[in-house]
Amino acid sequence: MAEEATVKEKKTKKGRVPMPEQDPKERARNFLEVPLGYSPEMAREEASRCLQCKNPGCVEGCPVGIDIPGFIRLIASGEFTASIRHVWKQNSLPAVCGRVCPQEIQCEGKCVLAKKGEPVAIGNLERFVADWERAHGSGALPPKASPTGKRVAVVGSGPAGLTVAGDLIQKGHEVTIFEAFHKPGGVLLYGIPEFRLPKEIVAQEVNFLERLGVRVQCNVVVGRTVSLDELFAEGYQAVFLGLGAGLPKFMNIPGENLVGILSANEYLTRANLMKAYLFPQVDTPIPRGKDVVVLGGGNVAMDAARTALRLGADRVRLVYRRSREEMPARAAEAHHAEEEGIEFFLLTNPVRYLGNEKGRLVGMECIRMELGEPDASGRRRPIPVKGSEFTLECDLCIVAVGTGANPLLTSSTPDLKVNKWGYIEADPCTGKTLKKGVWAGGDIVTGAATVILAMGAGRLAANSIHDYLMRGW
Amino acid sequence: MFKIVKREEMSQGTVILNEIEAPLIARKAKPGQFVILKANETGERIPLTMAYTDPERGVIAVIYQVVGKSTALFKTLQVGDGYQDVIGPLGKPTHIEKLGRVVCVGGGTGVAVLHPITRAMKEAGNHVIAIIGARTRDLLILEDFMRRASHELHVCTDDGSYGRKGFVTHALKDVLDRETINQVVAIGPVPMMKFVSQLTRQYGVPTLVSLNPIMVDGTGMCGGCRVTVGGETRFACVDGPEFDGHQVDFDELMLRLQAYCEEEKACFQEFCMMEESWHRK
Ligand SMILES: Cc1cc2nc3c(=O)[nH]c(=O)nc-3n(C[C@H](O)[C@H](O)[C@H](O)COP(=O)(O)OP(=O)(O)OC[C@H]3O[C@@H](n4cnc5c(N)ncnc54)[C@H](O)[C@@H]3O)c2cc1C
Ligand SMILES: Cc1cc2nc3c(=O)[nH]c(=O)nc-3n(C[C@H](O)[C@H](O)[C@H](O)COP(=O)(O)OP(=O)(O)OC[C@H]3O[C@@H](n4cnc5c(N)ncnc54)[C@H](O)[C@@H]3O)c2cc1C
Ligand code: SF4
Ligand code: SF4
Ligand code: FES
Repeated sequence: MAEEATVKEKKTKKGRVPMPEQDPKERARNFLEVPLGYSPEMAREEASRCLQCKNPGCVEGCPVGIDIPGFIRLIASGEFTASIRHVWKQNSLPAVCGRVCPQEIQCEGKCVLAKKGEPVAIGNLERFVADWERAHGSGALPPKASPTGKRVAVVGSGPAGLTVAGDLIQKGHEVTIFEAFHKPGGVLLYGIPEFRLPKEIVAQEVNFLERLGVRVQCNVVVGRTVSLDELFAEGYQAVFLGLGAGLPKFMNIPGENLVGILSANEYLTRANLMKAYLFPQVDTPIPRGKDVVVLGGGNVAMDAARTALRLGADRVRLVYRRSREEMPARAAEAHHAEEEGIEFFLLTNPVRYLGNEKGRLVGMECIRMELGEPDASGRRRPIPVKGSEFTLECDLCIVAVGTGANPLLTSSTPDLKVNKWGYIEADPCTGKTLKKGVWAGGDIVTGAATVILAMGAGRLAANSIHDYLMRGW
Repeated sequence: MFKIVKREEMSQGTVILNEIEAPLIARKAKPGQFVILKANETGERIPLTMAYTDPERGVIAVIYQVVGKSTALFKTLQVGDGYQDVIGPLGKPTHIEKLGRVVCVGGGTGVAVLHPITRAMKEAGNHVIAIIGARTRDLLILEDFMRRASHELHVCTDDGSYGRKGFVTHALKDVLDRETINQVVAIGPVPMMKFVSQLTRQYGVPTLVSLNPIMVDGTGMCGGCRVTVGGETRFACVDGPEFDGHQVDFDELMLRLQAYCEEEKACFQEFCMMEESWHRK
């Protein structure tokens, strides 16, 4: 394979086609999408860089095993419609995945050209065909199997739930999605900001499912509005739980309940789901900090920091306790954030928050960290450096240090087994839980992960649910 | 859409009752639980406690005080109009059991929230003494409801225009001095709940309060509703909204309720101006 690369590369030897982007100065003050997308010419040029490997590493790196050389070849030859149909076989949300997958550690990380530092821009290409289809496609629906008369309830409308619904409706079952929020989409809607994933795309994906016949019932909190057992009593024969990992974690340090300290979940939900960046045209307010600190180093932290900038902050600092290499955010996001002027305070941890007499945040005390021995996750454990405390002034702090399992449903369903962190126990190959007729997948099983892994889990569960409905438990 | 089937104004139009069609919620709701309502596409998610429900008719009732932009917008909704979204039932139901002698204390619109709990306490076999108060006679709500829901009703007004002159805490103190009370339930403005809790602590009487922090989702996902109870952070929407009044940090709650003060004022003023110009047309 390596040889194949060197031989062919000599022939082609073209650099990766750069993604056109909004200028950092301009985009840091608007909510429009940052990457502008390839033109058909750019896409064909980038596609022509693919070496069409016989044993492609890229496919191994994709959690759902998309035939990457296959769809790229069709782009190279200008057959965009055939290309998107090819992608759909493994991935029903390519417009989303092309934008948000951590490609550098998945498909592109395993591309043979990655060794030379310039892998094929698989994510950009996937995004291109998906966008092309939305703009120019016929909108024709895929064929649907004849009705089986079986009914399935899908709880949660994130990527896991949407995938299950899409797969099962095409197999001829009746599917209803129940969503607690007033709009469907899960994290794709309330978490990931407009400038990274336009909400129009999420709405279109949901609309596509509705056109296929999926019923979407919002404002239903399963466990409160209806229980799991009531769903079965109403005639649903199988239930899929795609609840996500929506419980915000806090640091548990003094002063955390001062006004001006928000979980990233709250901040992003106000901004994205409630569109509070349009306040007062909409009724939900959002704190507009001038001097903002974001705690954390993942995608969520980057999204919060970049949102704060767009809401008019003078200065946004990101405080992360490990070093740059350990930052779990997508490489592109960290890079975009830096370009926009977000300052990184690495190897730093907050110790306590400082407030004024009105109970409002005015600053925080931090301590420097150094890296010690590797911990259970294999990453070097950060340890505080004695006497290195210092103060950061700030009027808004967004806590993005992770999320956990929300016990709302599981605590009201005792026969559903959860592990010690509250995540639902489910068979990794089928998604089956220990409760008959109930499947689970996505973040509520694995803990906070990625869109594509949630979709992968949804696909496995849909197949297993189909087997069950046609053959039995 | 969740249709409004009945609407009443109370307290000189500052308090509104809505009966809303929401059969799934009506079937499930228990005293002490709340719903989140959103009027329209651009609306805010507003938590309101259910004052009563009628599962047969599939309706829930909320009683709210007009205090800002969103509740002013709710006030414009008439019978036949509706809310775009109603979510619930949320929060833990009140723990109702036979305890003996119970005092239910309500102030302002808190009386609406207190009413179903009072009734349930009576139905559970308790001897229920109710104390309700308002600034002045015209602002008093649900007096008849509360009289029927309790064995003994005391009414207070701050200005003495009706019932006893003074705060509900004065009437409560008299009851506590007079007899042994097993439980107090206090619902109303935060300062009122704070003072009631301070008083009952001196008498060692367990006291339940219902907290109203700012909320977004109401399902434990945002943490905006966090309150300090017994030195620990709790999420009022899932761990509450009712807590042991002797453990609650009321001062923190009051500060947190001011979080969006400036924004709310601006938003409300703009809305009032719009309304006015609309009416003039
Ligand atoms: C800000 C942010 C940025 C991210 N960025 C990326 C990225 O760039 N790339 C990437 O791959 N991943 C990213 N992720 C992670 C990714 O979004 C998640 O791993 C993925 O969305 C999980 O999908 P899910 O279907 O399991 O759950 P979710 O998307 O969390 O959806 C769960 C849904 O279930 C609903 N629900 C929960 N409980 C109930 C109930 N009892 N009844 C009814 N409905 C219920 C919720 O309201 C929600 O809508 C990001 C996450 C966040 C928060
Ligand atoms: C669990 C719960 C139950 C409640 N039940 C009732 C009830 O039965 N009747 C009633 O009259 N009121 C009730 N409230 C309070 C009610 O939600 C607020 O009065 C309402 O949100 C005010 O919105 P506004 O836009 O009209 O006013 P704003 O101008 O936004 O605010 C006025 C005041 O209301 C508070 N507030 C603002 N937004 C929220 C929010 N999203 N959640 C909570 N408080 C907020 C603020 O502290 C502010 O001081 C309840 C609150 C909670 C949390
Ligand atoms: S789904 Fe994600 S990992 Fe798979 S090819 Fe597309 S971008 Fe790469
Ligand atoms: S994308 Fe990379 S690994 Fe995959 S077939 Fe093309 S050159 Fe080979
Ligand atoms: S309202 Fe969001 S966690 Fe309670």
